[in-house]
Amino acid sequence: MTKKQKKMLLRIMISFVLLAALMVCEHIGVLPENIWIELVLFAVPYLIIGYDIIFKAAKNIRHGQIFDENFLMMIATFGAFGAQDFSEAAAVMLFYQVGELFQSYAVGKSRQSISDMMDICPEYANIEENGTLIRTDPDDVEVGSIIVVKPGERVPLDGVVTEGESLIDTAALTGESVPRRAAVGDEIISGCVNGSGTLKVRTTKAFDDSTVSKILELVENASSKKAKVENFITKFARYYTPVVTIAAVILAALPPLLLGGGWSEWIHRACIFLVISCPCALVISVPLGFFGGIGAASRIGVLVKGGNYLEAVAEMTTIVFDKTGTLTKGEFKVSGLYAENGFSQEALLELAAHAEGYSNHPIADSVRAAYLERTGKAVDLGRVGEAGEQAGHGISVTVDGKKVLIGNEKLMKANGINCAISKELKVLEDNHPNLVKSAGTDYTSVTESGTVCYVACENEYAQNEYAQNEHAQNEHAHFEYVGAVIISDTIKEGARAAIADMKKVGVQKCIMLTGDRKAAAKAVAGELGIDELHAELLPADKVARVEALLNDRDKKERLAFVGDGINDAPVLARADIGFAMGSMGSDAAIEAADVVLMDDDVRKIAAVVRIARKTLRIVKQNIVFALAVKALVLILGALGMANMWEAVFADVGVAVIAILNAMRTLRYNGR
Amino acid sequence: MKKKFKLEDLDCAHCAAKMEEAIKKIEGVNDASVNFLAQKMTVDAVDERFDAIMEEVRAVCAKVEPDCKILM
Repeated sequence: MTKKQKKMLLRIMISFVLLAALMVCEHIGVLPENIWIELVLFAVPYLIIGYDIIFKAAKNIRHGQIFDENFLMMIATFGAFGAQDFSEAAAVMLFYQVGELFQSYAVGKSRQSISDMMDICPEYANIEENGTLIRTDPDDVEVGSIIVVKPGERVPLDGVVTEGESLIDTAALTGESVPRRAAVGDEIISGCVNGSGTLKVRTTKAFDDSTVSKILELVENASSKKAKVENFITKFARYYTPVVTIAAVILAALPPLLLGGGWSEWIHRACIFLVISCPCALVISVPLGFFGGIGAASRIGVLVKGGNYLEAVAEMTTIVFDKTGTLTKGEFKVSGLYAENGFSQEALLELAAHAEGYSNHPIADSVRAAYLERTGKAVDLGRVGEAGEQAGHGISVTVDGKKVLIGNEKLMKANGINCAISKELKVLEDNHPNLVKSAGTDYTSVTESGTVCYVACENEYAQNEYAQNEHAQNEHAHFEYVGAVIISDTIKEGARAAIADMKKVGVQKCIMLTGDRKAAAKAVAGELGIDELHAELLPADKVARVEALLNDRDKKERLAFVGDGINDAPVLARADIGFAMGSMGSDAAIEAADVVLMDDDVRKIAAVVRIARKTLRIVKQNIVFALAVKALVLILGALGMANMWEAVFADVGVAVIAILNAMRTLRYNGR
Repeated sequence: MKKKFKLEDLDCAHCAAKMEEAIKKIEGVNDASVNFLAQKMTVDAVDERFDAIMEEVRAVCAKVEPDCKILM
């Protein structure tokens, strides 16, 4: 509790004891009958508990703000005094203050739990100077400095590990409970907690650009993007109070004038109106509900950038996926080796790995990785000679003094090599259409799904001829077809379950967009349970396709786009909801997206939908509940069937219940 | 210039909205937001008179919600 709350608690207790004593006295009849003495006696607990309200009300009137809850409470209780309900006047004020205190406490608590959860901000960074560690503000650490992260400490800045090895707990950022291993050369992001080993990290970003600052900024700004419901409540609140107050005035004046007499009774009823006229329950609980929902999502590693997006996610009916990087890993792996002409698979792989020795293309990486895995040997660059890239086709390179060609069908054809795919490969192709030979596609631009790399090398005959005639031209060298290496992208683990789960939570249509050839895409789509497929799209086509889908959809439907952000930032921005991959995606994509999946796990989408639905359900419950209770008490009050107590309950009691209900959003984990 | 301030004892969401509106009306303020849940205020105002504007902001806030303090 804050100081202010403690002081209020004390006032409440004193006032309560005094009031209780007075009421007991009144009941057993020891109080004098004189009204004035009674008034003075009851005024004591009333003033103890309510002086600040009267004070504030007076001040606000001076500032020209009349419809303020302090003023309304003052009028209401003064009215009760006027109607000679002294005990009621004091008790109502007391109850109101108790409610306010509880409300302030509950809001403080929920605020605390949200900020605790978002407590990922590092306080200091250790910089080593002359052998001693100096604690520095992360803000002051320059890019490229070496910082030391001790066990149990939070990583203050993004960087690359230069020394040490440890397990890193990324739960605060990604919701992933299994710690990740970090060793020399690994990238490490701020906000994670270091496990058991000490790490030395060379920073790669300033604090303001580091992951942790970005996330905090996103979450903090999230509450400024309001959902429709929130805007509705704000608007509603603007009219609600004046309307109820005017109704109270009419209720106080009109019936006695028309019916004659009974002023005190009607004023009493009007006071009930005034007590109920504050829209607090709604004004606090609705944003709190959304804040809690956003908090709950961030706990499972999903950043939702605003209440409006949470609302849209709850209404989401169509999801469009970009294939690579979202449904597939975007990592290439050698998935088949088809050696020909008497070469062994090992020989094929060895030749291919060395031929790709200097290339930094993802496909080259995968071939080298496969070689390392299969033989346990790294590529010996000493064996690799001069290399030339034949744009769009492949590479020609010398390995062990022999010319080797590696690339697509065009490259083979251009060199007069017969690379007719053997029967075995044909069969494979029919069964796994996603392993499609890359004929016709650019070798260097193959970025998706199955790719076939053909390998050919100079044959013995050519070798001899080459030795005899130093001036032999490459083009005239005789090549022998060695075989084909099949490289394909792998489907993300859990992608199938993710799509099934999305369907379960009410997403009607899952659409996949890809630059792949149709057959390949179809196989992936079939495996995943995708409803609609658009293949062979260029990046620009993707925007057009999403535009078309946006135009087609019903007004109430919401369309989401899920992409890894590599050249799909425009689509992310254009869709109703853009989901970006946080760890793989680019900064631009994270900026353009509305929801960021921190650990790239598409399974989280369904969980977010559940959180969003639950949040909206709770928010709606609160709105209906608060309005219903208020309306009921207003009607009963107008008919003279409700008393001040019920009115105070309709005001602060409802607010407290609504706040407690809103807090449920924070605890939900989307399962 | 855009600056963030922490707020203390901002107790009612209603007042936060009122403060926000009042601050936006101050001359030289481009944009302002008062975040009730985070207890934070962001003021975006012209550079030259920023300090003077903040003085006005403080006065306006004191008018709307006397309890609330702006920590600078």
